[in-house]
Amino acid sequence: MTEVASISPRQMAFRRFVSHKAAVVCTAILFILVMFVIFSPLTARYGVNESVRKPPNSFLPPQSLAWLGTDDIGRDLYSRLIYGIRVSLIIGFFSAIISVALGCVIGAVAGFRGGRFDDVVMRVTDLFLAFPFLVALLVVRNTIGAVSWLTFFIGDKSSIRFIVFLLALFGWMGVARVVRGQVLSLKEREFIEAARAVGASRRYIITRHLLPNSVGPIMVALTFSVVGSIIAESTLAFFGYGPQAGDGSTSLGVLVGAAKGAVQTGYWWIAVFPCTALVVIALCINFIGDALRDATDPRLDRGE
Amino acid sequence: MMSVLSIKNLEVTFPTPLGDLKAVRGIDLDVEASELMGVVGESGSGKSVTFLAAMGLLPSKARVSGSVTIDGQELIGASSKVIRSVRGKSMSMIFQDPLSALNPVHRVGDQIVEMIQAHSSATDTEAWKRSVELLDIVGIPQPEERASQYPHEFSGGMRQRVVIAMAIANDPKVLIADEPTTALDVTVQAQILEVIQRIQDRFRTAVVLITHDLGVIARVAHRVNVLYAGRNVERATVDELFAHPTHPYTQGLLASLPHEGQRRLTPITGFPPNMLAPPPGCGFAPRCSFVTEECQSALPGMKPFGSSETACTRVDAVSVELSRRGGHG
Amino acid sequence: MTRFIGRRLLWAIPTLLLVTFLVYMALRLGTNPLESYKRINPRASRAKLEQYKKLNGLSDNYVLGYLNWLKNFITFNWPRSIKGSREVFPALKDAMANTIRLGTLASVVGIAVGLFVGIFAALKPGGKRDVAVNTAAFVGISIPPYISAVLLQLLFAVYWGRWFGSSLFPTSGVYPPGHTGFDPLLMLKHMALPTIVVAIQVIATYSRYMRSSLLDVLNSDYMRTARSKGISERRVLFRHGVRNALIPVVTIAALDVGSIVGGLIITENIFDYPGMGRYFLRAFDQGDFPLLMPWMVLVVASVLIFNLIADVSYAYLDPRIRLD
Repeated sequence: MTEVASISPRQMAFRRFVSHKAAVVCTAILFILVMFVIFSPLTARYGVNESVRKPPNSFLPPQSLAWLGTDDIGRDLYSRLIYGIRVSLIIGFFSAIISVALGCVIGAVAGFRGGRFDDVVMRVTDLFLAFPFLVALLVVRNTIGAVSWLTFFIGDKSSIRFIVFLLALFGWMGVARVVRGQVLSLKEREFIEAARAVGASRRYIITRHLLPNSVGPIMVALTFSVVGSIIAESTLAFFGYGPQAGDGSTSLGVLVGAAKGAVQTGYWWIAVFPCTALVVIALCINFIGDALRDATDPRLDRGE
Repeated sequence: MMSVLSIKNLEVTFPTPLGDLKAVRGIDLDVEASELMGVVGESGSGKSVTFLAAMGLLPSKARVSGSVTIDGQELIGASSKVIRSVRGKSMSMIFQDPLSALNPVHRVGDQIVEMIQAHSSATDTEAWKRSVELLDIVGIPQPEERASQYPHEFSGGMRQRVVIAMAIANDPKVLIADEPTTALDVTVQAQILEVIQRIQDRFRTAVVLITHDLGVIARVAHRVNVLYAGRNVERATVDELFAHPTHPYTQGLLASLPHEGQRRLTPITGFPPNMLAPPPGCGFAPRCSFVTEECQSALPGMKPFGSSETACTRVDAVSVELSRRGGHG
Repeated sequence: MTRFIGRRLLWAIPTLLLVTFLVYMALRLGTNPLESYKRINPRASRAKLEQYKKLNGLSDNYVLGYLNWLKNFITFNWPRSIKGSREVFPALKDAMANTIRLGTLASVVGIAVGLFVGIFAALKPGGKRDVAVNTAAFVGISIPPYISAVLLQLLFAVYWGRWFGSSLFPTSGVYPPGHTGFDPLLMLKHMALPTIVVAIQVIATYSRYMRSSLLDVLNSDYMRTARSKGISERRVLFRHGVRNALIPVVTIAALDVGSIVGGLIITENIFDYPGMGRYFLRAFDQGDFPLLMPWMVLVVASVLIFNLIADVSYAYLDPRIRLD
């Protein structure tokens, strides 16, 4: 009799992920990008605020001196793009981590306990998520930025730290809902009843049973949280509310924001390269998130 | 008697990433008018797939060959128009889980009306009246009110009755019931079986009852087909099957039923075969205590033995051995 | 059902009050209305400042101040803008009308196309057209609206003119400057580009929602039951498949529509479209409290109303939801 070799759910998920060719390509692209960015002092050609040395050096089109051209005060766009992507990735990544951490805790407790707490959490997140995003973002940004003891901890309105916390403040809600949904569906399963019957504490059940079984949706939520943060940060920066340290450091959003002016003047490289970078990054992360979702969602037979 | 449903040499193969899965490997089956035919087999025996193929309800990637005729009309390879005219009219099917079988957002009465209007020109009022009648026939109290309710407002047993009512709406020649009681409580099971029997008596519908539960078979079936690994292994009247099973698999099944005074259960050893690569000979050979080389090399066909038919090539030796042991097991 | 609506409306009032209070606090903290006033009107007398304080409910105590503001708001005693003493209501009304026009057009087109495309893709999952639709949708949601807006502007404002000699779609405003009166055709021309930008996002999002929801439904047992009745494949698809798949989609759509009123900020800003979004950004940058508060109330009310509509429509479409 032939026996089917057994593979763990994790291996199955990995195999499924790998079968999505687009996602694998995107992972590779992102990996290369991250490598580029991590080794930025080496891969960038100039400093982030350093002018390309040949005057006049503003608005030079792509050439051997500046591979992607220069901006309005003569800085190399290629180098700035690398540093800018680094900043955006940092913001995206860290705010996502905080969002997911917060969201897991709140969502798990809400789903598990139910009752008043759950109701309140649900209504609050409902309203916030239904509210126009940018408006809420701007208002909250200003409000928090005006409270001095808060800025003491998380930095001034224009600092990276602040933006990370701001985006995390908005990001946890989506994650909480996902986690809550998972917990609700797992709560009634027999292995949870069994754990309860053996006398496991609530905290034990949540941390050792519910959360590990939700790893799939949580990873998916993390991925989409990252891309959401990156796009949100770039939107803020586009309108001038982004991270601005006086030393000329930049983010992807700031660079894309400069594209506004390029429309009239015809300096196409100012617009094309940052925009392409942003879209490519967003696309890749989205593809990966989608493939992760397919890989970890045990609903087979979707016509494959 | 002319069979009302006739299946000949049916083969169904599913292409999968791991290879071709041969779910049904040459099944023959005849259902006569007004009889209740039990089809027994475990998961993977092909019992459900056979009838899904007959109804044309398999996914499009499934490959089906052979012949299935209902009242003389060939269904395999027939145009979708023909198949649709047969479905719900000459042949109906009910399934295991009544909750998910009914659309949760339509009223129960409307769903029956849809069945009726699919094959007749009844007006909405006429069809509604008829659906209330049908609900009454299957034993649902206060049918006029219940017809306006939604599936989630019914209990499991009641829902299954609704499903039955829907299936018999157009007075089909054959009603195929795929494990209709498996998802229900034992007491409710008995009620549903009783409903099915009542319907058969009243409307002379042929019923195919697919199940893995021998108790159900014993209760209501007239004739029985036993399937294993995608093929027939035994065919007999219900009395003969229980009194003198001819195939080792059937015997194993009967022996595994718990009886009074028994201290340990006697299951059939081994596992069902992997249908991606079924054994070349008799499908049961790996688990059979009477197995010989010949069994493992050639696919056995059904041969008469007494008043039954069996696919066991060693049936003579087997039955001698069994009467020596005293009955089955 | 009516009991449910009644109760929700009743709840809506305290919710509205609470949220507007929070907004009031947030705006006071965040935009510093008094400083803004002084900044815009550096030569204002103390009396004028006091009057501004009173009219806007900006007394030192937040709760009293809020109540003051509320009183003025309800009695339609709306203070004027800090800049040039513009009247709030007409400006708000016009902005609202423009945004509703743009939002409705883009939503209707976007949702209709998105649903259609989603159904189209779900019918043959994994097939070529499904992959194409999925990829296109992905690209659509990965391009932030301001990028597509800028690109379209570039294309139509700069390059089209260069290649074809005249611009096909204008890239700003609702009418050319100086135009008076109501000209729907001209307005549509001006709305074309912003509508496309918004619609891209909407189509991408809704095609994915619909596809995913429909795929779930197509795998359900009741689809098999429906087929076993012998009804036509089209009826199976629409009366059973799409009908059930629409439930979550409609709910999301209701919520989305609710946030349209304040949600087109980016697009309006880039195309210089005089709607609620542009109104907000300008008022916000100036710290123009009297302009901002009514705007906020409108947006919050819209969100609450459409939340209610979403819940009601969900219950209407899915009888399993017990409204209690």
